[in-house]
Amino acid sequence: MSATMMPAPAAPAPSNRPHVIGLLVLLIVVVALPFVLSNYRVFQLTLVLAYSIVLLGLNMLTGYNGQISLGHGAFYAIGAYTAAILMDKFGVPYWLTIPAAATVCLVAGFLFGLPALRLEGLYLALATFALGVALPQLLKYKKFEEWTGGVQGIVITKPDAPFGLPLSPDQWLYLFTLLVALGMFALGVNLLRGRIGRALIAIRDQPIAAEAMGIDISMYKALTFGISAMYTGIGGALGAIAVQFVAPDSFNVFLSIAFLVGIVVGGLSSVSGAIYGALFIQFVPNIADQISKAAPWAIYGVFLILCMYIMPGGIAGLVGRAGGIAGVVDRIRSRWSARGKSHS
Amino acid sequence: MKANSLIRAALLLALFASTAAFAQKKYDPGASDTEIKIGQTMPYSGPASAYGQIGRTEVAYFKMLNEQGGINGRKINLITLDDGYSPPKTVEMIRRLVEQDEVLFVFQSLGTPSNSAIHKYMNQKKVPQLFVATGATKWGDPKEFPWTMGWQPNYQTEGKIYAKDILANHASKKIAVLYQNDDYGKDLLKGLRDGLGVNGSKMIVAEATYEVSDPTVDSQIVSLKGSGAEIFINIATPKFAALAIRKVYDIGWKPVHYLNNVGASVGSVLTPAGLEKAVGLVTVAYLKDAVDTQWTNDPAMKEYLAFMAKYAPDLKASDANNVYGYSVSQTLVQVLKQCGDDLTRANIMRQAANLKNLQLPLALPGIKINTSATDFYPFESLQLQRFDGKQWVLFGNVIE
Repeated sequence: MSATMMPAPAAPAPSNRPHVIGLLVLLIVVVALPFVLSNYRVFQLTLVLAYSIVLLGLNMLTGYNGQISLGHGAFYAIGAYTAAILMDKFGVPYWLTIPAAATVCLVAGFLFGLPALRLEGLYLALATFALGVALPQLLKYKKFEEWTGGVQGIVITKPDAPFGLPLSPDQWLYLFTLLVALGMFALGVNLLRGRIGRALIAIRDQPIAAEAMGIDISMYKALTFGISAMYTGIGGALGAIAVQFVAPDSFNVFLSIAFLVGIVVGGLSSVSGAIYGALFIQFVPNIADQISKAAPWAIYGVFLILCMYIMPGGIAGLVGRAGGIAGVVDRIRSRWSARGKSHS
Repeated sequence: MKANSLIRAALLLALFASTAAFAQKKYDPGASDTEIKIGQTMPYSGPASAYGQIGRTEVAYFKMLNEQGGINGRKINLITLDDGYSPPKTVEMIRRLVEQDEVLFVFQSLGTPSNSAIHKYMNQKKVPQLFVATGATKWGDPKEFPWTMGWQPNYQTEGKIYAKDILANHASKKIAVLYQNDDYGKDLLKGLRDGLGVNGSKMIVAEATYEVSDPTVDSQIVSLKGSGAEIFINIATPKFAALAIRKVYDIGWKPVHYLNNVGASVGSVLTPAGLEKAVGLVTVAYLKDAVDTQWTNDPAMKEYLAFMAKYAPDLKASDANNVYGYSVSQTLVQVLKQCGDDLTRANIMRQAANLKNLQLPLALPGIKINTSATDFYPFESLQLQRFDGKQWVLFGNVIE
């Protein structure tokens, strides 16, 4: 944004090529991982991928659009249960449950978003919190028990690799989840880099100006809520298939808070931040548990405070800064020269 | 030539001898000459963290055992991990234990939803899921799940025993039930219904439930009293059991009051409720209560208290959870002793299913553990006891 506001420098336009090569190398590494790691690690990374889709969705809502949700664990649960019920009760193949979970959560999110978005800031946070608290109990409700399995939950069978590929179920599920994640990230980048993304940011920063420019604020907000819920539901379905089990206790309100922690630690308003945040919520509690059995959450808290203190822009912010030191130097220099000019 | 073949024969003989020597010891991953590595998940954090002390007691027990030389010269290495009572975390932690730490088996992982989440996995992997810490009834199914076994008397058994006592002594009275709205409450209620039989089910005139998040159960108790029932069955965890006992007394309802074993601790339920309000309560038991004065001079109880003072000084010895952790550890020691040097996963299950008349030091006299290839319920007998204002007094015979 700031680059466009400055007069174009005389220097040649920066080439995109190193960026593309870097992404390709990263992709090759990510695809190769399941073949060098143990199945247990591959399973953990599958969960990281599922979480990263969720965090990207939540980031659209909170990071880009400025709406705080403390209830995304509920949409994660809806996605997970959609996948589980379809697989267990109707014998639907696992890959078909992903679009189904996406649709259900898109609709649920949009419908929840319409009235809830009349609420602003902290009031919206409370309304979503209510959703996150209520859902696990609804899942236990007697009348739904036939579908949800009540407190006992539903056990899912892990899918085998198709076409007789020589892959373990864990490896296959990782690659499948990776494929879905890549698709969702590509879609997310396209949404956020374009007109819609600009509208979301405008609504967050200058709602009145945005409305004056003809942006239908409540429509955009509700849609963002729906799309955010859709991403979360897809993550939930993939997570449920990886874990092979859903139960109300899997989706307590702490899950929603963990998601919020994930996007803040990863980096608000940043696409890559979703991946860093997912790594954080997957691995940091384990590390904390290894450091101290007596007070793992105290250690977790220390980690969290350190993150906030050292990396105010989240991990993505730190990585961005490290990668762009030259750019930072340039910016400081131009600011200094601008000040010099105004003084003269 | 001749010398050569002689040497060859000697070598061959030596080879045979050594393989024969090896054949006596059989190991699966996690077992060796010096160590038996086992794992578990516990809710050290989260909504059920009060149960975490079971894991701490077990770690302390094996520490003592290792200092005394271990079992058949092998130390027990119990890796205990926090799952926060969250099933996805349980799956992750159990996979770490099985695939990365390569434990011989999983021991006492706690929680019904947590164990449900790994039930299939453990049986696919053929790794024992031994003595799971939950009272649900589904853990004793050797046909479908030959690698999973429970330990404590299951809730349905408990419900059936109350039914037996009601039919024998109060067959003409109407019954009201309060239960926690989850699998534990429903399981116990099912046992009660099954025990009462077809006609008996009509005896239940009122049912009320509560959620663990409810602040009180006052309104439920009032409406249950209103049903005119003369028997009250209190299926509640400690906090709610205490609230119910107090309310029943305060509104002047005087039913025959059956209190489930989960809420039958003198220290954490009856004392806060008020001991005078608890007089006449009936419950079942299988382990000794550390607060109960009738065991003050019991050598087994003294040994337990000495162990707790030395190895787990920060835990409350009076808490029933720690008596539980101590007793289940002793059961495992018996299984491992029976295994001898055949420490394969298959043999662990074979020996766990081959416990005969095992009388644990802290189990009530006459209540013994028995298992077989078709019976995966270690404890199946319980004894009724009545509260006299100071302690539980056992009455009647051991009921199966």
